[in-house]
Amino acid sequence: MSDSAATLGHGAHEPFLQHHFESPEQQADASRIGMWLFLVTEILLFGGLFVGFALMQSRHPEAFLHAHHHLDRTLGFINTVVLLTSSFTMVLAVRSAQTNDRRRLIVFLLLTIVCAGIFLGIKCVEYSHKFHEGLLPGSFYSHRGDPVPGEFMFFSFYFMMTGLHGIHILAGMGLMCWLLRRAVRGDFSSRYNTPVDFVGLYWHLVDVIWIYLFPLLYLIR
Amino acid sequence: MPEDAIATQTGEGAANSGPANYLNEPRGLWSWLTTVDHKRIGVMYLFSVLFAFLLGGIFAILIRVQLLHSGGGIMKPETYNKIFTLHGVVMIFLFIIPSIPAAFGNFVLPLMLGAKDVAFPRLNLASYYIYVVGALLGIAAMVTGGLDTGWTLYTPYSTSTNGSVSLMTLAAFILGFSSIFTGINFIATVHKLRAPGMTWFRMPLFVWGIYSTAIIQILATPVLGITLLLLIMERMFHIGIFDPKLGGDPVLFQHFFWFYSHPAVYIMILPGMAIISEVIPAFSRKNIFGYKAIAYSSVAIALVSFLVWGHHMFVSGQSQFASAIFSFLTFLVAIPSGVKMFNWLATMYKGSISLEAPMLFAISFLLLFAIGGLTGLFLGALSVDVHLHDTYFVVAHFHFVMMGGTVMAFLAGLHYWWPKMFGRMYSERWARVAAALVFVGFNVTFLSQFLMGSQGMPRRYYNYLPQYHPMHVVSTIGSWFLGVGFLVMAGYLAVSLRKKMDAPANPWGATGLEWQTSSPPPTHNFEQVPVVTHGPYEYSLMGAGK
Amino acid sequence: MESNAHVSSVKSYGLVLGALLTLTVVTVSAASVDLGSFNVVIALGIATIKASLVALFFMHLRHGRPMNGIIFVSGVIFLGIFLMFCLIDADTRDVPRPTRLITAPAAAAPVPGPAAGH
Repeated sequence: MSDSAATLGHGAHEPFLQHHFESPEQQADASRIGMWLFLVTEILLFGGLFVGFALMQSRHPEAFLHAHHHLDRTLGFINTVVLLTSSFTMVLAVRSAQTNDRRRLIVFLLLTIVCAGIFLGIKCVEYSHKFHEGLLPGSFYSHRGDPVPGEFMFFSFYFMMTGLHGIHILAGMGLMCWLLRRAVRGDFSSRYNTPVDFVGLYWHLVDVIWIYLFPLLYLIR
Repeated sequence: MPEDAIATQTGEGAANSGPANYLNEPRGLWSWLTTVDHKRIGVMYLFSVLFAFLLGGIFAILIRVQLLHSGGGIMKPETYNKIFTLHGVVMIFLFIIPSIPAAFGNFVLPLMLGAKDVAFPRLNLASYYIYVVGALLGIAAMVTGGLDTGWTLYTPYSTSTNGSVSLMTLAAFILGFSSIFTGINFIATVHKLRAPGMTWFRMPLFVWGIYSTAIIQILATPVLGITLLLLIMERMFHIGIFDPKLGGDPVLFQHFFWFYSHPAVYIMILPGMAIISEVIPAFSRKNIFGYKAIAYSSVAIALVSFLVWGHHMFVSGQSQFASAIFSFLTFLVAIPSGVKMFNWLATMYKGSISLEAPMLFAISFLLLFAIGGLTGLFLGALSVDVHLHDTYFVVAHFHFVMMGGTVMAFLAGLHYWWPKMFGRMYSERWARVAAALVFVGFNVTFLSQFLMGSQGMPRRYYNYLPQYHPMHVVSTIGSWFLGVGFLVMAGYLAVSLRKKMDAPANPWGATGLEWQTSSPPPTHNFEQVPVVTHGPYEYSLMGAGK
Repeated sequence: MESNAHVSSVKSYGLVLGALLTLTVVTVSAASVDLGSFNVVIALGIATIKASLVALFFMHLRHGRPMNGIIFVSGVIFLGIFLMFCLIDADTRDVPRPTRLITAPAAAAPVPGPAAGH
């Protein structure tokens, strides 16, 4: 396939090749570097919250310990399983695009969106529990009877970290819907599937962030 | 195809704009607003940052006029606090951080690499518009009351004071994305879009400098992002992280803030150094001394810059142990800069030196950055910093490196690449006048501040003891020379734009691919993809001079 | 496309998912056993293994170009530097770490519980 493109010269048959690139490979490689650089910025953005959490937790260990008992480990566990599964379905979606399997691409994208929706649904359930008990961020915290003062700080971080993460899940769902539309239109093939690949990379990073959030927020002793 | 374009151009009576080039083709405002041409984006950035420099400069003049007297003067103390805050915010976020990478990097980097554009042209345009949005929000913050926290936004004051803190913080957050996208674009471009034959060690050193800057932009800016978000959260919702009354740690804010802001100063200086590495060989007509050392030192500065941020916090309550570590590491980061200084001087040694405007600014850089960098070591020494922290010594130090360093380099680049970008030469005579005014004005303004600072004059103060009065007067007079110098510069550069395009492709007789194409370049940069067969500064291979 | 030429099998992805789910069960179980300060180490260690599996296999670092892996690891390293120096500072300050004091912010909780206050 690449041979015929090369003999044509400027890749006129190559879908989506931009004019300043010499070949689809060069474009894909450059885009992939760009995507990984963007992921690093996400790591450092969330990382800041992890650093803040670590510092505040080391300052107020008992408060954080008591506070985290309010979190439902089972729901957290289910959410972790759901998100890991969504990573699996996403990578299968990418694989489907790589193997020209349009039908499976669409199916796996849909499954990933569903998993993401379940994740958010469970988070909504968790959040409503918290609202009910007054376990809210910052100045909205109204929970009474904390055995150790300072538990509110844990919830400041809980909401900021899961909130920022949730926003990223929503954005990911939006991107997947966009991919779905393009997949139905037949844009993707083994010759060109970088958008699917890259949304996949983004999604896996969102998963990795949860892989760290879950033990820190739900499981610390 | 090019012949047709030339024919239509001369027929249209666009007499001043010459044959088809990136400036005049395609025509129309909409073609500029929707451009993805790196050269046009670079030009838009250039004028935007120059406007920001004007705004920040006006604030500076106001500060210096106020400080002619202790108290009284032309503004109330509260206003003074806002003015120095806005001076810092505008100069740092709207001018100096984008300046060289976004204006010159965008224009010159693809040309230097022999590429047709940057890796992600649409992302490039997005980065510009994000800058504009951030700038407009910043201006909105200024006109809706401004803020008086100092550009460093330290808590708990920034979380409790009135003023448009959240709005300005949001503006800075958005500007951060512009910086990040620029960084992503440049790294991908350098990795994948070099012309055939251009290995890493045949790239011009300007590219190495911009590449190293991009590394910092990507690693550091997101931490600023989360810092600003946390500040807004603390201010609006009292989440507690930085508030000691709620069990938080105000020093933690400073860790968060300086983790970005220290590497940020290397975002400011590395591109400046990158320009110097181009101008000095060109105007010494000699190969750069120690190419690899300069290349590696750029990357080394980028990496080591992340290890020293605590030197801004020696007296903030940071532990002595951490302070000692940071002090030691700060001495390390000076070494690669020193390597560059020696290599530039060695390049000039026995070179055939010509003192046109770009070189005048470059030589100014060498002297002024040396002073700025060395005074940084004074401040990096923990025991000395205890006395110098928050004095005018610090203010003088950073103005020497940022203005004596980066701005001088920016001006060198501006005068070096002006003919390439706009196809016209400016008046060399007036350029020398401006260079002299700027050099003299700068030194008078800021050397006096070293003296004041070492004698104890605190920074950001509205009132001061009578013993500092003479130095303040000297400093303010210097600022007027500086201002006049810049006005002269604006004058001759503006005048040059009304001339016919008369600049040759290579007015300086310099090496580098950007000089192998016309001035200004055509939209597609090169008529044919260049093939590179030798290093970037082979002046010995060039024929007779310009 | 060359850089993404390697297409893994569904089975290999399935194995990775299996490992991830198993490790999740392990980490939850480990959390209910009191191992003192080791609990954090184990929890973060398992999380790192899981993250590495996702990065290497789902994100194709294993078979892709090395530069992408270098970029990713660099991000993690610099985050580590940030964390490390902040912790060094916090752990070596002379002032005793405040353990009790704080109440929730005044806006929402006007009367704290009995054990609150400085």
